[in-house]
Amino acid sequence: MADMSPDKVKMPEQDPLVRNKNFFEVSKGYTPEMAVNEANRCLNCKNKPCVSGCPVNVKIPDFIAKICEGDFLGAYETVKETNTLPAVCGRVCPQETQCEGKCVRGIKGESVAIGRLERFVADYYMEHGKTKELNIQKNNKKVAIIGAGPSGLTCASDLAKLGYDVTVFEAFHTPGGVLIYGIPEFRLPKKIVEKEIKELENLGVKIMTDMVIGKVLSIDEIIEMGFDAVFIGSGAGLPMFMGIEGEGSVGVYSANEFLTRINLMKAYLDDYDTPIKRSKSVAVVGGGNVAMDSARSAKRLGAENVYIIYRRGEEELPARKEEIHHAKEEEIEFKFLCNPKRIIADENGCVKGIECIRMQLGEPDASGRRRPIEIDNSEFVIDVDAVIMAIGTTPNPLILSTTEGLEGNKRGCLVVDENMKTTKEAVYAGGDAATGAATVILAMGAGKTAAKSIDEYLKNK
Amino acid sequence: MFKILEKKQLNASVTSIKFEAPFIAKKVMPGQFVIVRIDEKGERIPLTVSNFDRQEGSVTVVVQAIGFTTKKLVALETGDSVLDLVGPLGKPTEFGMPKKAIVIGGGVGCAIAYPQAKALYNIGVDVTVISGFRSKDIVIYEEEFKAVSNKLYITTDDGSYGQKGFVTEVLDKLLKEDNYDLVIAIGPVMMMKFVSKVTKPYGIKTIVSLNPIMIDGTGMCGGCRVNVGGQTKFACVDGPDFDGHSVDFDELVRRNGFYKNEEEHKCRLGDKTNG
Repeated sequence: MADMSPDKVKMPEQDPLVRNKNFFEVSKGYTPEMAVNEANRCLNCKNKPCVSGCPVNVKIPDFIAKICEGDFLGAYETVKETNTLPAVCGRVCPQETQCEGKCVRGIKGESVAIGRLERFVADYYMEHGKTKELNIQKNNKKVAIIGAGPSGLTCASDLAKLGYDVTVFEAFHTPGGVLIYGIPEFRLPKKIVEKEIKELENLGVKIMTDMVIGKVLSIDEIIEMGFDAVFIGSGAGLPMFMGIEGEGSVGVYSANEFLTRINLMKAYLDDYDTPIKRSKSVAVVGGGNVAMDSARSAKRLGAENVYIIYRRGEEELPARKEEIHHAKEEEIEFKFLCNPKRIIADENGCVKGIECIRMQLGEPDASGRRRPIEIDNSEFVIDVDAVIMAIGTTPNPLILSTTEGLEGNKRGCLVVDENMKTTKEAVYAGGDAATGAATVILAMGAGKTAAKSIDEYLKNK
Repeated sequence: MFKILEKKQLNASVTSIKFEAPFIAKKVMPGQFVIVRIDEKGERIPLTVSNFDRQEGSVTVVVQAIGFTTKKLVALETGDSVLDLVGPLGKPTEFGMPKKAIVIGGGVGCAIAYPQAKALYNIGVDVTVISGFRSKDIVIYEEEFKAVSNKLYITTDDGSYGQKGFVTEVLDKLLKEDNYDLVIAIGPVMMMKFVSKVTKPYGIKTIVSLNPIMIDGTGMCGGCRVNVGGQTKFACVDGPDFDGHSVDFDELVRRNGFYKNEEEHKCRLGDKTNG
């Protein structure tokens, strides 16, 4: 009989006012006892709605059943069957709109804490598990993966398990993509990402860093080198700006720059060479996970006041619920229904304020969310010395502009069919490069689909 | 790891470093740059390629040791390695089909102007080079420029070598006397700004090579954005060359100074650790 308690077992966390001054992980993870207690809340229902809510179809009730039995390593194996990066997904997936959003227990009370349980088994494996000797039958076919982010790593893993000789080309000096440069340490410790990537290398996947494809090698040259197929998972690209007055002022960053300095370059640690400004008051424009990450990072760098400026209301925030909750606990101030009009600079061109206008919500727009409309004469100024723009990205043009036969859409995303095949023979793509900015798990799902398609293509070739 | 094949001191603060980088050497074109990271804790810095040898598989950069990382870089010796070398990044220079061109280098910028002059000269363009320095003791690339130009003018601010004054004075005189259809200016931002000012009334195509703050160099961080003709452009993917008549140089100067305090702090720490 399932435990009918309406609430999830609480996640142990660092105290908000302690953690907003350090970069250590916010959530400490379940103990085995907590995990078993939470696992017992699962009804193990027959039609498994949670599985259909998962972009990589993790066998959720099966792994949870194994946790109930205390077979944590077995539970990990079950997750790992379909999910390349369980320790990552357990931490960063928007579970409330996926698996947990479909959980029957969520109808009355809280859903089963699937994400926390996934994280638990992954962390348990990292501490107690042993790398299994895999007996993979090599098929002597070579696949090149462009980009070592969530989609590329997933695609690489699936293909390596099928016997392909896989090489990943990564533009940065460290593999991981957004998991390394974007998502901060306090949400996803980089050690975890490194371990997941180590697992991949154990499968025989080769990773070549410092390789900017489209520049140092073209897609056609990669094919000429003897690769039978290529998967492009080059991720999101150029950061967007608002185009308002004062955006060129000193102290205006893109979220990408701000987070890359902190996460990839570790500028917050004294013994690293990359500099970062420690601002007093910071405005972050946007309402997604990237905005939350930027705001919480700014706070941790010592900012007294950090504002999230979002043009719609709280209901419309696209960020994960947990991130919003954590941000509020950490004294991030939300300015809902506000939109920046201009950035005000001092006589040296440095940011000293941001002028916003109040908004109200009108009819739903194309995205289904209610359109924000300016309220006349409602301008006001917030004093800040830094502004971080977290309003999205446009795809990187490097590969599209250098590859003949590859088609892009109006927004510059690579055009793919439902099997992730591009318009070019033997070339597949997925993740943000094909969809525009989305989530880690959707990119992983695309990498999985592409791996399947590539396998089918090469088997029949 | 990328090995240093050769290191040459060009003047008291400028050093030429040749790296073994076969992949990059195969592809690089004049105007493009590389990103260097020295070690695990190092920052990523962009350096424009000043020479390359496809056969040897090498690329050469010329570094002025002014900041924390450039000082660390020039302290390395032949045979040492850097952890990361990424490139070739940015777009190659688009010369068009000029007949008569002026190539202007300011200080260490001469090293980057050199491959441009060479490329133009080799396709038969009439090339005039103006290279400017503060004083005689820091003059570089004199012989190299002589070999790839029809005329070479050297200026020094203090008159200790060549003509006394700025490159813009020579430029102004040349433009009054003759017709040119391309000017390329590479050097300090202020020099590029005033060169563009001088050429503007003549309507001569003027290419400048910008050096904004940069992290990834692949079009991800947006740190290198510059205002060109009222539009936000990214030097790493849209540049580093831009139309000198459209660039907001003043904004570039301000933004480049953003980390000055942090940089000075690091340099002092660095001096301490170096004893």
